[in-house]
Amino acid sequence: MAEIIKGAAELGIIYAIMALGVFISFRTLNMPDLTVDSSFTLGAAFSAVLCVAGYPVLGIITAFIAGCAAGAVTALLTTKLKIQPILSGILMMLALYSINLKVMGGKSNIPLSRLLGVPTVFSPFFDTAVEQYTALIICTAVLALVIILLYYFLRTRFGLVLRATGDNDKMVRAAGVDTDFTTIVGLALSNGLVALSGSMLAQYQGFTDISMGIGMVVIGLASVIIGEVIFGTGSLLRRLIAVVLGAVLYRFIIAGALELGMPPTDLKLVSAVIVTAALSMGTIRDKVISVTGRQNAMSKKKGGSL
Amino acid sequence: MLKISKAVKIFNKGSVNEKLALDNICLELKEGEFVTVIGGNGAGKSTLLNCISGVYTLDSGTISLDGTDITRTPEYKRSAYIGRVFQDPLVGTAFDMTIEENLAIAYAKGKPRGLTPGITKAGSAFFREKLASLELGLEDRMKEKVGRLSGGQRQALTLLMATIVKPKLLLLDEHTAALDPSIARKVLELTDEIVRENNLCTLMITHNMKAALEHGTRTIMMNEGRIIMDISGKERENVTVEWLVEQFGKRSGTELDNDRMLLG
Repeated sequence: MAEIIKGAAELGIIYAIMALGVFISFRTLNMPDLTVDSSFTLGAAFSAVLCVAGYPVLGIITAFIAGCAAGAVTALLTTKLKIQPILSGILMMLALYSINLKVMGGKSNIPLSRLLGVPTVFSPFFDTAVEQYTALIICTAVLALVIILLYYFLRTRFGLVLRATGDNDKMVRAAGVDTDFTTIVGLALSNGLVALSGSMLAQYQGFTDISMGIGMVVIGLASVIIGEVIFGTGSLLRRLIAVVLGAVLYRFIIAGALELGMPPTDLKLVSAVIVTAALSMGTIRDKVISVTGRQNAMSKKKGGSL
Repeated sequence: MLKISKAVKIFNKGSVNEKLALDNICLELKEGEFVTVIGGNGAGKSTLLNCISGVYTLDSGTISLDGTDITRTPEYKRSAYIGRVFQDPLVGTAFDMTIEENLAIAYAKGKPRGLTPGITKAGSAFFREKLASLELGLEDRMKEKVGRLSGGQRQALTLLMATIVKPKLLLLDEHTAALDPSIARKVLELTDEIVRENNLCTLMITHNMKAALEHGTRTIMMNEGRIIMDISGKERENVTVEWLVEQFGKRSGTELDNDRMLLG
């Protein structure tokens, strides 16, 4: 049981970095960015290849940079070529599939097994007293660093206009800022974080697979929305932490469902259902209110003098 | 300060819906001049403001501001010198950010948008002082999100944001039309105050004939993309709303299409 909780927490922390990336595109830029599905794998691909070459840390840094580049290209498609954001994301997702395979040397799976002697950021701690907690400590440290930097960045002069872009791009232009540029930087950062998360996951689970990013956008959205519903949307710091808690909670829900005997192949279906439920909550609530409101009005009429 | 010559804007060029929105407009504004703009729906008032601010580019003609030709300058670059308040109170501010953050975005206009902190202690104190001058009690709500403000409060805040870095030109596009009459009056008073204090060159569209005469130093009337009347100084002092309505009928050859123009 403890092992399951620890595993879910570790995964939750790694996925939280990806969810923070989705938070930037989905919430601060107000743009559903599907690049995420492939930029996650892109990060994992660079991570795996550089681990095999013996440079696990460089693998993570390269993954972040590659993710930034992918996000920037998606943003260029949207801002400069005026392609719809959804379509830009889909195009990049498709293009990256081929690029990811190229990065992985044409193989669809790269194992990073401890048995094969491939180094990862976790391997220096193997066979030490803290081995059991290595993943938890390293992943938490990376996540904490990401949150601190993000919290600082989003409150800088540039960070403020980046956040305002999704809120009201007209107002941002009226304040003398090129919204194309804020969108490019925002999507780059978003996908950079997604790729960073993918690179950590590859080293944590000991392999990279070409299809490991499928549905990542939905998991990210689920984390963001669960976080908002349960932990609120107050101050910026609170929102960032809500996203992290949402991501961890999501992994616990999945771990619980698996433990109860749900076949792992149903995971994506469950994710989709969770996100659908969360996204439609507002609409359903309004419908219920309007129906009960009408019923109340009807019953009043019946009881009235007319 | 502002010089528009032979401005032409055509929408849907070459289609059956082609519309000549600006028909050879020439207009010159001196420093400190406060011009009110009136005219029926579709007269080209908003198009004129949108062409000046860069939302649309002219089909022909030129616009220059303070001696610099800005005809081809992108909207966001022009914004460094132009303050704007829109009709819809939702357009001027970022609703999911705090009052303080909104002001910080406006205050950084024309300064490098780098990685320096968006809000400093000194900046915060300055914003508090500026907000206090609005006399709406907003100085005590600086950490609140703008989404919680009323329409009138938002327009007052937008007005402050548009002028917190002194612009060369202030454009007001019916910025009180969506407000209750009493609040609209308050925002108009505030507008007068801010324009006077900063000696701002201002162009204000209004649907309200009375407001058009009571505020500003000069009034122009537009119809079908042309300026059909331009009055200022002594001539304008003696003008009444009735006369204005009569002139509109004579000069445009149509009746007023909107009763709202008479109200106030």
